[in-house]
Amino acid sequence: MKITEEQVRYVADLANLRLSNEEIARMARDLDEILTHMEKLNELDTDNVEPMAQVLFETGETATLRADKEKTPLSNQEALACAPLAGGGYFKVPKVIER
Amino acid sequence: MSSPLDGLTIAGIRKGLEERKFSATELATETLRHAREENPKTNAYLHFCPERALEAARRVDERIAQGEDPGPLAGVPVAVKDVIVTRGVRTTCGSRLLENYIPPYDATAVARLEQAGGMILGKANCDEFAMGSSNENSAFGPVRNPVAPDRVPGGSSGGSAAVVAQGTALVSLGSDTGGSIRQPASFCGVTGVTPTYGRVSRYGLAAFASSLDHIGPFARTVADAATLLQVIAGRDEMDSTSAAAPVEDYGKALTGDVRGMKIGLPKEYFSGLASETGGLIQSAAECLQRLGCEIMEVSLPHTQYAIAAYYIICTAEASSNLARYDGVRYTSRSTSSGTLSEMYRNTRGEGFGSECKRRIMLGTYVLSHGYYDAYYLKAQKVRSLIAGDFHKAFEKVDALITPVSPFPAFKLGEKLADPLEMYLSDIYTITGDLAGIPCMSVPCGKTAEGLPVGMQILTRHFDEAGMFRLAHAYEQAAR
Repeated sequence: MKITEEQVRYVADLANLRLSNEEIARMARDLDEILTHMEKLNELDTDNVEPMAQVLFETGETATLRADKEKTPLSNQEALACAPLAGGGYFKVPKVIER
Repeated sequence: MSSPLDGLTIAGIRKGLEERKFSATELATETLRHAREENPKTNAYLHFCPERALEAARRVDERIAQGEDPGPLAGVPVAVKDVIVTRGVRTTCGSRLLENYIPPYDATAVARLEQAGGMILGKANCDEFAMGSSNENSAFGPVRNPVAPDRVPGGSSGGSAAVVAQGTALVSLGSDTGGSIRQPASFCGVTGVTPTYGRVSRYGLAAFASSLDHIGPFARTVADAATLLQVIAGRDEMDSTSAAAPVEDYGKALTGDVRGMKIGLPKEYFSGLASETGGLIQSAAECLQRLGCEIMEVSLPHTQYAIAAYYIICTAEASSNLARYDGVRYTSRSTSSGTLSEMYRNTRGEGFGSECKRRIMLGTYVLSHGYYDAYYLKAQKVRSLIAGDFHKAFEKVDALITPVSPFPAFKLGEKLADPLEMYLSDIYTITGDLAGIPCMSVPCGKTAEGLPVGMQILTRHFDEAGMFRLAHAYEQAAR
């Protein structure tokens, strides 16, 4: 495994994460070390093993649907109370579409 | 300095209230005063919420005055890890991004413990978004171990463990994704419980790795931990992953009688262990044998693959869960941004600490095109094998006992330079999370230096009662 700084920049872009040049260099080293450890999993033959995506246990019926009852939702004011920028009952963000 | 909680338990507080030795308001006021004085020594509380605590105390005093049942946690001073939301009380998740976040709702566990008479004094420090094993990743400074101030309290629920050890709360709530309750409990010499996956609602817990996240209690005694779990456990319609299985009466399990219980010592958990830690676990096993348990060696052969599987799964899930902290709805926002895309990038780049960034990057990498099968799918398959090891062991034994951590509390800064070394220290705790079984840490002595060591007990899915039975019998015998 050899993680390059270019790969780190690509992944940071996917993750919407701005990293400084120093962070990119450190990240390449750290990811390289950690991913090398993870290669240990290749020692195991898992061809006939089911992946475990969730903890499953034997239990009575687990209702995954709740009753379809009306409830008061969070008010607009409460939902916007911690927004860094709000206006007119909406979250405000920098302009997305240029004319 | 003596704490107003010295010598008290949940039952002791109840008795004191009923005999009018003190009121809930007096206990809340005195404990808050003590906690504010003592907190600078550890930085275990991030902030206090005296108004909320006193309001809860007033309700308890009122109920008692009117001859009503004040609830199973009447007058109990509680701290809540700051990744669990509290309506109207700042909830930072240990992150700059949420420095000023005031949640508009309560987590279910918080609402339940207050309905039961608990008094929330404040919010406990933790690693940023619960990512860490030392509490050194908090944006608001590390927590110091109350037992040894030059050492870490463990993490990520370091503050929740420290307040109980320090006597600045009687019990607390923490969260556990890969050992974040049991490891700090062992480092601080208190009891910490990670219940079965789904046993406690996660509604209002900031999501880290959803297939692994748990809420659980810290306490000084097994009985108090069991009482707190009893209150917060059970189905919640606000969390569709919460289990419908009935909650047993844990109090009935605390009989001290463990005769005939079969206990396994997994041999993989006893190599590469600090010798003092290993010795203390062996002594605890001998104690259980004297109490009438049958002790046998078992094997969990895939243990050595757990760290790799865990850190693939948890970072993959975290990279998705942490996408919500984007500067739009509740986080702070970078001020140096022209476009929406720059705003996201700068907000996250400036706001997340280095461990969160590392995990977001790792998680994004293992999920990215061309790597999903090699890492994420592979890790989920290995997770099946690890869970299978436990199922096989539980065909032979009723419980497993192991160390919680390979070593006791380490010095602040000691493992910060090497993230992989920090990850490797989670080896004994992450397996229980991967399998989703109940597990807990119970104090089992101290090293020659006076550092606490914890014994881990693991049982079958939903057998919290069996786990508490064993832990309580050991605690009473070891006294």
